[in-house]
Amino acid sequence: MAQAKAKDIAQEPTATPSLLRILTLVTVLGVVVALVFALVIAGTDIEQGEVQRIFYVHMPAFFGAFVAFGATVLGGVMYLWKRDPKWDRLAVAGVEVGFALALINLITGSIWARPIWNTWWTWDPRLTSEAIMVLTYAAYMMLRAGIDNVDTRRRFASVYGILAFATVLLVLFIIRVRDDTIHPTVVGNSPQNAQGSFAATSGVVGALMVGLLVWGLIVPVTLMWYRIRLENMLDWVNRKKMEVLSA
Amino acid sequence: MKTGFWQVTFAVLRKDMLAEMRSRELLSVMGLFALLSVIIFSFALELDREARETAISGVIWVTVAFASIIGLNRSMNSEREQGNFDALLLAPVDRSALFLGKFLGNFLVVLLVGLVLLPLGTLLYNITLIQPWVLLILVLGIFGLSSIGTLLAAMTAQTRARDALLSIAMLPIVLPVLLAAVRATTSIISNEPIENWITWPQILLVVDLIYLVLCFFTFGFVIEE
Repeated sequence: MAQAKAKDIAQEPTATPSLLRILTLVTVLGVVVALVFALVIAGTDIEQGEVQRIFYVHMPAFFGAFVAFGATVLGGVMYLWKRDPKWDRLAVAGVEVGFALALINLITGSIWARPIWNTWWTWDPRLTSEAIMVLTYAAYMMLRAGIDNVDTRRRFASVYGILAFATVLLVLFIIRVRDDTIHPTVVGNSPQNAQGSFAATSGVVGALMVGLLVWGLIVPVTLMWYRIRLENMLDWVNRKKMEVLSA
Repeated sequence: MKTGFWQVTFAVLRKDMLAEMRSRELLSVMGLFALLSVIIFSFALELDREARETAISGVIWVTVAFASIIGLNRSMNSEREQGNFDALLLAPVDRSALFLGKFLGNFLVVLLVGLVLLPLGTLLYNITLIQPWVLLILVLGIFGLSSIGTLLAAMTAQTRARDALLSIAMLPIVLPVLLAAVRATTSIISNEPIENWITWPQILLVVDLIYLVLCFFTFGFVIEE
């Protein structure tokens, strides 16, 4: 217990490190470049028309959410093992960034589905499982908010963050298990009843690769870094508050 | 000297069963809830036979899931309120054995409710639910529900929102279990050939084992104090 307390000391907030500044610049430029690739360089889809371009954000955003939620699992396991709050900060950052990217994924998918499937939303297995995944991470945030003790909160959040990843895997694998989905499969063959497919030309592949790099890696890493710094600052302020109160 | 692992497990299980047999606190509440739920569904869905066949497995599983949430909340809260849990934590025993004992207790109680639901559903919906395969799915499904439920109930019992938080935290995570169980049950009662649905019990078994292992190893982190 005493050891855990000693480790609890958050670092004094520092000025934004220059690497993070550079990364921020790269992220902004990357989003612009990815948009240029998606909106200009990639050819217009013959079957679906301009709306298909949303796919270059849609699929990479899910990939980014996957990376962020993966970071939560890593943070959770490492926190339970080492009991260093910095791992818990990584876990929170992962959940919040992943949640935002999953929402982007849902919203862009919905906009795409309106002209292609003729509906904003349908209770398709993949859509349903994704909605459940988003709700699971909403539950994670509620669980965190419901616990006052810092150590307990971190422990519970770590355990729940590990369990919650099951729903992410469910979204990935449900297409293989339930063949009644109409959602196209990106990797491997689409089911017979998939509505709207993805045939690739070089421009399409290029836009997808840039999108994956930007939305799937650079954006989540940058955002998570900021979020970790913010959480560190929060911990530091709380500790200062306690010091003042106990003085 | 440390008490043996299985000795602890069965001591906790025996304690829970004995308390339940004497107070019938859980079974009465869960049983009544299950009865009400099935009856409400049965007149809310006054359906033709074909529609009933697809609806009944959903009704059964939703009822089982909610009944188990009620039971888990009560079982953990009374454990906390009466100070028994602190005593268990003080005892020099393996934490995973505590989990296994609590889990088996919850599993048996929920299973009992599930077993009552089958003849009840058969009566009210006029569909034969008492079949060996349905029983197997019931056991597997409740197994998965109880393992995740026991872990999360131990967690939420220590929070402010408690009861409300357990359902929010538990339902999304047990979804793979519910999904497989509902699909398997539907296929079985509509007499589909076995090769059409045999993957569901298999998936259920794998998910159950993964969840059990995860809960078994993380339970110690949830209750340490």
